[in-house]
Amino acid sequence: MPPWNPRTEEMPLGELRRLQFKLLKSLVYRLYSFNDFYRRRMKEQQVHPDDIRTLEDVAKLPFMYKGDLRDGYPDRIFSAEQNELVRYHVSSGTTGKPTVVGYTERDIENWSESLARGFSSCGLGRGDVIQVSYGYGLFTGGLGAHYGAERVGATVLPTSVGNTERQIELMQDLHVTAIACTPSYLLHIGEVAEKMGVSIKNDTDLRMGFLGAEPWSEQMRTRIEDWLGIRAYDIYGTSELSGPMFTECTEQQGIHIWGDLALVEIVDPATGEVLAPGEQGELTITMLQKEALPMVRYRIGDLTAVEEGACACGRTHPRIGRIRGRVDDMLIIRGINVFPSQVEHALLEIPQVGRHFQIVVDRKGALDSMLVRVEVSEEAFSDKITELMVIKRAVEHRLRSSLNVSVDVELVEPGTLPRFEGKSKKIVDRRSL
Amino acid sequence: MEKSYIVKQISIFSENRPGRLAAIAGALRDAGINIFAFSIAEADGFGVVRALVDRPDEAHRTLTDLGFRVSFTDVIGVKMRDEPGGLSDIASILGDAGINIEYAYAYSGRDGAVLILRVDQVEDAIRQILGRGGELLKASLSG
Repeated sequence: MPPWNPRTEEMPLGELRRLQFKLLKSLVYRLYSFNDFYRRRMKEQQVHPDDIRTLEDVAKLPFMYKGDLRDGYPDRIFSAEQNELVRYHVSSGTTGKPTVVGYTERDIENWSESLARGFSSCGLGRGDVIQVSYGYGLFTGGLGAHYGAERVGATVLPTSVGNTERQIELMQDLHVTAIACTPSYLLHIGEVAEKMGVSIKNDTDLRMGFLGAEPWSEQMRTRIEDWLGIRAYDIYGTSELSGPMFTECTEQQGIHIWGDLALVEIVDPATGEVLAPGEQGELTITMLQKEALPMVRYRIGDLTAVEEGACACGRTHPRIGRIRGRVDDMLIIRGINVFPSQVEHALLEIPQVGRHFQIVVDRKGALDSMLVRVEVSEEAFSDKITELMVIKRAVEHRLRSSLNVSVDVELVEPGTLPRFEGKSKKIVDRRSL
Repeated sequence: MEKSYIVKQISIFSENRPGRLAAIAGALRDAGINIFAFSIAEADGFGVVRALVDRPDEAHRTLTDLGFRVSFTDVIGVKMRDEPGGLSDIASILGDAGINIEYAYAYSGRDGAVLILRVDQVEDAIRQILGRGGELLKASLSG
């Protein structure tokens, strides 16, 4: 498919790297001068902006982590004043405290531009109707995909998540040609449609899907493409980068990371050492043009590899492969990031249950389910079933409100949950991708 | 006076899966504790086993030591005529007095039938039953 922005997307690699160096240099000077948090970090690492003499010198700069955003809650590490911001998004943190991301007008512009390049590389454009079934609201998915799709001239149907039967009716009535959602939600749509007597393949105009916000596999792609009669494209991003931001092209050979916006490194998760192209490691990204909330060498926690050769589509920018896993114990439940530490934190506030827990994740039909097993405390144990059910529901409610995902709670006998066995016993993930 | 009719029931939290009742009953057997009556209340994935035993304090200690969550609950045991109308007599007494039954279970043994009741106002229930000629199990019989 022809590039949205040919001048940039087909820029020779050498020229792209010179552009990246120029942008990095000015980013570092700007941060050193105006961002207290990052200047302090650089001083701790004994690195000065003048030390950045080549693009590879990025490796001299200190890393940033999710914890930095949490510690800087809500906006202490922002580089823009509130009156320069046009939007906030909020995502759940690792321990119950959320993280806030802010955007200037130019940040939204670059986010939309990035997705416009991705969407058009898959052939989405004027004449298409795209159903955005990512959540709209504090989550970046809905609005992110929405702005990118409007940018390429597609007609957006902002259905958000839920009310699946209505989504299928609208898909038929408004001749929807593309959808953006999690891969598991698309499978769910397919199943619900069949129950309604609708074949997505034969009875709708759907021809492509932008699927992301949770890990999926090539097997799942084949299944979705064959069953639903569409092309399924991987889409990637996190709220710290902006939101869903990068996609595959029609070649389906990795996700194009636009080098003028983001500098990709793959590092060894244990040592932080930069790894060569093709090697699996932790994805680390420097956002070269972000204004409100600059991210420098941000350790995302996703494991993948980078491919530097030009794509068969003609685009020159680096690509990343499928996400192979996480460096931490983060779970993705229906597109929402869940950290076991959040569960631990929430349970501490509920005296009726002990602090030990076990998380069991499964996929019922196409949708993820999350079960949290907890032990009833001695003081709270009642002979009355109704009182035990009140405890169960209270824990479900508390977990739901702090994780933003619905949770089933199972009360278990004391002493039966894993104590010291670590992550492998605390989290049981029965999903197969 | 009324207190001597309050029977200590042990209640045990149990997961709803095979072998749990066997574990509880086996522990009581090993401790030489006899079960007069028992019931299981079940909910979503778990249940509560309720039992009247000959030595409730020892049963409580034994099960707690094995890691079970155990509590005592005050119940009363009402002797019933083991013939049509037996339950109706007792239920009417409590109904007339406005006493609510939270749960109940029954056994029919050598000395006739007994209805075990957990009510919201236990001492009031004892007075009402005795006042209308009912007969109650003595706490000491099971303790």
